[in-house]
Amino acid sequence: MSAALSLRAEAPWRVLNSFGEALHSASRWASPRNLEELTTLLARAREEHLPISLRGSGRSYGDASLNEGGISLDLRAMNRMLDWNPVEGIATVEPGLTIEGLWRRTLEDGYWPAVVPGTMFPTLGGCAAMNIHGKNNFAVGPFGEHILDLDLLTADGNLLRCSRTDNPEIFHSVIGGAGLLGVMTRLRIKLKKVESGLLRVEPIVSHNFDEMVDTFEERLPRSDYLVGWIDCMAEGEGLGRGAIHQANYLHAEEDTVGPASLHIERQVLPSTILGVPRGQLWRIMRLFFSNDLGMRFLNFGKFQSGRLTRKGSTYLQAHVAFAFLLDYVPGWWRAYGPKGLAQIQVFVPAEAVRTVIPDILRLCQERDYPSYLGVFKRHRRDEFLLSHAVDGYSLALDFAIHDRERLDALAREITARVLDAGGRFYLAKDALLQAGELARAYGDRIPRFLALKSRLDPAGLWTSDLARRLALTA
Amino acid sequence: MKAIVVGASSGIGAAIARQLAQEGASVALIARRQTELDKIIAELTLDKKGRALAYTHDVTNYDATPALFDRIVADLGGLDLLVYAAGVMPNIEESEYDFAKDRAMIEVNVIGAMAWCNPAAAHFEAHRKGSIVGISSIAGERGRRGNPAYCTSKAALTTYLEGLRNRLSRYGVNVVTIKPGFVATAMTQGKPGLFWLVQPEDIANTTLALARAGNGAARFVPRRWWLVAFIVRMLPSFIFRRLNF
Repeated sequence: MSAALSLRAEAPWRVLNSFGEALHSASRWASPRNLEELTTLLARAREEHLPISLRGSGRSYGDASLNEGGISLDLRAMNRMLDWNPVEGIATVEPGLTIEGLWRRTLEDGYWPAVVPGTMFPTLGGCAAMNIHGKNNFAVGPFGEHILDLDLLTADGNLLRCSRTDNPEIFHSVIGGAGLLGVMTRLRIKLKKVESGLLRVEPIVSHNFDEMVDTFEERLPRSDYLVGWIDCMAEGEGLGRGAIHQANYLHAEEDTVGPASLHIERQVLPSTILGVPRGQLWRIMRLFFSNDLGMRFLNFGKFQSGRLTRKGSTYLQAHVAFAFLLDYVPGWWRAYGPKGLAQIQVFVPAEAVRTVIPDILRLCQERDYPSYLGVFKRHRRDEFLLSHAVDGYSLALDFAIHDRERLDALAREITARVLDAGGRFYLAKDALLQAGELARAYGDRIPRFLALKSRLDPAGLWTSDLARRLALTA
Repeated sequence: MKAIVVGASSGIGAAIARQLAQEGASVALIARRQTELDKIIAELTLDKKGRALAYTHDVTNYDATPALFDRIVADLGGLDLLVYAAGVMPNIEESEYDFAKDRAMIEVNVIGAMAWCNPAAAHFEAHRKGSIVGISSIAGERGRRGNPAYCTSKAALTTYLEGLRNRLSRYGVNVVTIKPGFVATAMTQGKPGLFWLVQPEDIANTTLALARAGNGAARFVPRRWWLVAFIVRMLPSFIFRRLNF
């Protein structure tokens, strides 16, 4: 870009989508390749009062990386691994490096990212900004807990080193701060030492919701990963039925493959599923995802196939195959149709989970707007200001957007139940929450966040559609 | 309806702006000539809900377009329709080869359209609704000896709008190409051999009807030009050359 023209005039327009393609925004777009270009872009945006949002791989289901009318800084080109210490398992990275880029570099040295989401494509800057969690949140906390320190480029162009000892308030607010306090230009991340590239996985069927919670509580102390799938269409005595997958790291002596299991060639997803090329599978899924009956059939089939599994049987699975379920079907969200899908992930304290979650499942059924997919996880509290996690459970619900008005109305009812129980929400997933609801869920944490934002970004340079929707603007 | 009309100070653009204002739309009129624009604004019969805002802008000042687009969308409180009616057709003499004139036609008729349609397309795609209308011409159907650059500019505009239509229709965005024959405007005044002459108001009626219909179209006005265009397109080059168009 030339220095002579204004950024407003010169930056091309792009329509950017949320993950799931439910939300869309037109904004200007720029992709800095290094800190120098980023600093220049920031200075020009500041001069032109052009609000900036930050975007990585665009894997937030909501509007966290969308910025109608402003400029979207795509950080994927800042994707270098600046340093890798295979003795201590510490990676120093730029924000645009993806989870995939990280594990491909570290696994053969015996290190796996301590926290990964359901897809390997998010950038590490995005993971930090949304403070993502994995299927092991109850054991290791969110992504931010494994960041040792980071450099933050603030709105005035200063670079701040932030850690638990340097600028700790900023450190705990930037992580999970949805990119509204500045750009993380460098992160130092501690990875998890693993002895094998495989996990031992045990599937467990649960016939109702109480059984699912009982199984979670009983297995938590001896699980490295634990995740539940819920058939959200099951009613009556089967309400909340589903399947749990417990996974544990393999010790070297248990790994019959030996050190070769750490080789990245062994960390692959199948190229076909049931004989269908992965890239085309969404077309077949669409036959089911386009209507409630099809999904009822799929959920029923999945539950019944789980029941056929012998109790206590286990199998070995590569890290990639267990962790990145969403990547099995590229473009899977297209199965939901042209309006895409919205996800609601609610976090409920442990003491309320047995009443609130079944209540939400029943509510969706009564409103004739069932979720097509429910994912259940255990969480624990963490140290970050805008933390979504509680000492309890979360349920992520996928909704096809057949009728936006009805979905909004349903979201209000679900949200009210979660708020009454003292629960929280996850900004990386959310597209439906309202500002008042967020304020009620987070209490004095929102004014504290906004006070810090006013201090670091008095002109409100960093913004997003999410920030405007949820009144997270200075 | 909230609309932008680019090239609103005369001819087809002015007629479209007038009709929008009469129908109660909030309309932003854009033109290079301030005095002409003031005159049009003064003449407008506004419906009580209607609003007309004037912006002086040269469509070849491409760098100013994005900021002006932002400002107008904010002033109107949104956008439903963009009409690009700016166009120039300088008189070209037999055996005249004037690069400045040719360049002006490409810059105003094509590149100016892209500068305005691109932000509107992004806006409408994101909002999953909206209409873009471009005023092209029957002249874009073949390369006529009388004005090669004008024909080029209109052929380019027609193709560009078709591409936009193919890109945006899946998002519910309506892209309309209007291909008038001869229209009684300042551009055609004094030109010999005009026939089937229509008034700018006729073009405005068709334009707004198609913009509202929402199903994307390329339309000749009057419609009988379609048959002429079809025949002319079918003619082999060596015959078309001899027709002396």
